[in-house]
Amino acid sequence: MNDLDAEDWQRFEQLVLPHKDNAFNLARWIMRNRVDAEDVAQEAFLRACRFFRGFHGGDARAWLLQIVRNTCYSWLEKNRPRELMVEFEEELHPQAAATPESIAVAGEDRERLVRALENLPPRFREVLVLRELEGCSYKEIAAITSMPIGTVMSSLSRARRQLHSTLANPTNEEALHAV
Amino acid sequence: MRCEFADSLLQGYFDGELTGASAAEFERHLQHCVDCPVELVDLDLLRGRLQVARLYEVAPASLRRKIYAELRPEAPKTVMAKPLVWQWLAAAAALVLLAVAGWQLNPFLRTDDYQAEVAEEIVEAHVHSLEPGHLTGIRSADVQAVNGWFSAKVSFAPPVHNYSKEGFELQGGRLDMVEGRTVAAVVYEHNGHRINVFAWPTRERDDAPHAGSRQGYEWIAWRKAKMEFCAVSDMPAAELQPLQRLITD
Repeated sequence: MNDLDAEDWQRFEQLVLPHKDNAFNLARWIMRNRVDAEDVAQEAFLRACRFFRGFHGGDARAWLLQIVRNTCYSWLEKNRPRELMVEFEEELHPQAAATPESIAVAGEDRERLVRALENLPPRFREVLVLRELEGCSYKEIAAITSMPIGTVMSSLSRARRQLHSTLANPTNEEALHAV
Repeated sequence: MRCEFADSLLQGYFDGELTGASAAEFERHLQHCVDCPVELVDLDLLRGRLQVARLYEVAPASLRRKIYAELRPEAPKTVMAKPLVWQWLAAAAALVLLAVAGWQLNPFLRTDDYQAEVAEEIVEAHVHSLEPGHLTGIRSADVQAVNGWFSAKVSFAPPVHNYSKEGFELQGGRLDMVEGRTVAAVVYEHNGHRINVFAWPTRERDDAPHAGSRQGYEWIAWRKAKMEFCAVSDMPAAELQPLQRLITD
């Protein structure tokens, strides 16, 4: 499975592995649950390892996140293709994601935000997560998602607008609660 | 009717992505536009809310384990660890024993391998702390400083006191991850022995302390006021007990 010799592995360990939290977080928000996220992140690291010889320096986090993202979408296409077809579908059921502990700790608003985020279409959700949680620049987001910067900007705008209206609109809130 | 810049310049301005000239131009626009300033405030509120909610989810330690199991070449080189890290590791190893022992002693409390899993994760978390940039912590005997440090990092408050009168000197604190959840470790020293008191929130009811020892490590675990505690050290349990009582009372 692994083509890396000891020296390459050491570089891989230094450059790529430290970004595993970033990889997991992105996967978790695209996949909408931790279990699938862990599987996909693991698969992404396998791929990263395989492609590692082709990585000639630069931003290792963006490089890895690009692989994570592609792995997520391949997985979704294969296992949950419906999720990728919807642009915005109100009855798209958000899955339980946050652990009871994390909710208890961070409060109810977290739960509400998780549901609202998970109700966004994946392409909007990912730009928002990359920008707001990962702190990526537009340029980095463009590199990770293979979108032009203009599209990054408009996707972010639509994502924010949708999130804002979901959170502000009690009807949507109730619909989410009812799930 | 939204402003024509709402989906473009406004976002770029809010995200600090505009060049100086474009930003200045957009600021001039802001003085005349009735919608953009309002949206800017909304964007800011939304961002604040996302940040406060701590939505970032870090990888469970099992991910690292799986990656290593699958990818690391044969005959891995062992890395020489710093003494401090080994102390943490030793404490974590003691925790594993705690979980295993506790499970054997009391099958009603520990009906599955969950605790062992958790303890294994703690070990992973400590191995993880070998990686550069992951060893976070505060070294201080100042209760307020340590409390302040924790309050900026986690939304629960592990009890922190300096029991120097009783012989338990506060050394500081640090964070660790167990199952993707943050746990606090408050560090004390007693007659030259280091004690780690791990604490994290739980939903379980209070539980009387149970103690045990393995390979020279003594541990006491208990639950109080929706917090799970585990104190670990290499000193005799009789000397560790006073600390447990001080923390609980």
